[in-house]
Amino acid sequence: MKMKKSLVSWALVAGCTFSGAVMAAPPTPEMLSYACAGCHGTNGGSAGMTMPSLASQSKASIVDAMKKFKSGDRPSTVMGRLAKGYSDAEFAAMGEFFSKQKFHPTTQMVDAAKAKRGEEIEDANCSRCHIDQGKDGKDDTPVMASQWLEYLKMQAALYDSGARKMPKDMADKWNKLSKEDREALLHFYASVK
Amino acid sequence: MTFDRRSFIKLVGSASGLALAGCATTTGSGDAPAVGKTAELMPKGSARRVVVVGGGYGGTIAAKYIRMLDKSIEVVLVEKSKQFVSCPFSNFYIAGMTNDMNAITIGYDKLAANHGIKMVYAEVTQIDAAAKKVVTTEGTLAYDRCIVSPGIDFRTEEIEGYNAKTAEAFPHAWKAGAQSTLLRNQLQAMPDGGTVVMSMPLTPYRCPPGPYERSCLIAHYLKKHKPKSKLILLDANPDVVSKKPLFTKAWSTYYKDNFQYIGGKKVTQVNVAGKSVSIEGIEDFKGDVINLIPPQRAADIMVKSGLVGDDKRWCPVDAISFESPKAKGVHIIGDATALPSDGPPMPKSGYSANSQAKFCAQNVLNLMNGKPTVEFSGINVCYSAISDHESVSIAQVFNLQNGKIKSPATAISPADFSLTKAEHAYGESWLKNILTEMST
Repeated sequence: MKMKKSLVSWALVAGCTFSGAVMAAPPTPEMLSYACAGCHGTNGGSAGMTMPSLASQSKASIVDAMKKFKSGDRPSTVMGRLAKGYSDAEFAAMGEFFSKQKFHPTTQMVDAAKAKRGEEIEDANCSRCHIDQGKDGKDDTPVMASQWLEYLKMQAALYDSGARKMPKDMADKWNKLSKEDREALLHFYASVK
Repeated sequence: MTFDRRSFIKLVGSASGLALAGCATTTGSGDAPAVGKTAELMPKGSARRVVVVGGGYGGTIAAKYIRMLDKSIEVVLVEKSKQFVSCPFSNFYIAGMTNDMNAITIGYDKLAANHGIKMVYAEVTQIDAAAKKVVTTEGTLAYDRCIVSPGIDFRTEEIEGYNAKTAEAFPHAWKAGAQSTLLRNQLQAMPDGGTVVMSMPLTPYRCPPGPYERSCLIAHYLKKHKPKSKLILLDANPDVVSKKPLFTKAWSTYYKDNFQYIGGKKVTQVNVAGKSVSIEGIEDFKGDVINLIPPQRAADIMVKSGLVGDDKRWCPVDAISFESPKAKGVHIIGDATALPSDGPPMPKSGYSANSQAKFCAQNVLNLMNGKPTVEFSGINVCYSAISDHESVSIAQVFNLQNGKIKSPATAISPADFSLTKAEHAYGESWLKNILTEMST
């Protein structure tokens, strides 16, 4: 690629670079986000049981999660390492993209009795923030509905070990639940479509 | 590689060569060379057409995303096989940790139906950029632009004594499918007390951590089922080239009694009858099972179509559009490419091909529609199993800086193995998600 110095500085100002004679723009929110699909599924709808769906998550929850992964506040395997390759503006662009994707319902095996008990617990404890049975992401509250049970269990274990920090409002409720009720709650969220 | 007349004939005449899926099965090395048909296979209507060659990790995604992004474009995906077997996770099958090859096999019916992609099952014999057509064994396909994701073939001419039958005796299993089964069966048939020899080539080759993962899983298999047996990994590279601290720790922690790594051992000669490989004619290694992964280059079709660079091995491409500087309108992605890079290049991996395919698709559309191209920003994540329940990973972001692809963030798993069980679980979901993305 040939590029005159004056062009480089102009391009930087304009947020563009040149490839030969063709002008190349910075990657769009869609193109940034498509890269996530290798692990999180096309448009953020996950088919893998340990991997969360990003589709229909709120922009704020994605940005919040990515910032925490990047800083190490939230434990992860590859996510924190990848987050270091992106800027806050790119997190916002990706958050915007995923917030516009359709809710991704999953079909999975859950224990019906546990899910029923979980619904009661959810209604009494969680529904003020996780609205519409966890289907609607409000502010920085993540979409819980239809997430894979295996993923929910792994995250619950991280909460219980103290590796992942819980918001105070949530901790107040969660810490009062028995082990069985916590599990029932996860079965419920996994079953919501 | 010197390119004399003999090796040229060997190259273009190599019947086993034209594996167009990134990882497709080709074992019929004794077959006659594929012959292209000149009749037009599917006459082009008024719609603009993109022909995608190769239905592996790159080609399926390029075809799908072109249709997702612009329904006015007709997309034809040309692939030799009706099914694609993934190289990632094939080591589990080889080492007997799963008996189910279906978990790593996909077909194209749902992908084609969901996105209106036209499938052509044929072998490509020529990419004719001047005439803007792809020649296949079933006829020719005219295109406005062509995306090729051809995968790799082997530089077997660099190994003395290697012929069309050698891969049946010393399987490479570096294209998944029948070769994987062959190696698996040899391992299972080997009596306890036997020696397995693995040979891996100099970089660059497909899947940098792949041979090391395979060594761990075969060593695991031997430890469990054939405890008096041993595995020797001969690395042509002077030292471990991928995830070194993690693999060396796995070897010394789990497999120190039945595994030996030897760097700087480039196999230059094979002796099938004597069940041995030779290093420069001065040192021989004998094995009851020999897994010989030969040195690699872009798939033979790329050599034949004049799309490889001066090295005669890999395909140069533009870092934004993935267009070949040697053939206008032909874009190349995946293992076959040599991307302009600043620092360590994107590895030749399934995830790299997936990331590249999306930008290639978008920029092919932008060029066709007279819009500005967009700069690359993609990911590579590669999980490698170190036992039947533990995995490690590399995670990388790549983007365009000063006209070259560079990684602003590259890191491997922590060396204390604190995350290996979680990463094993995430690896399985990676496979599920990426194969679902390719097949639906």
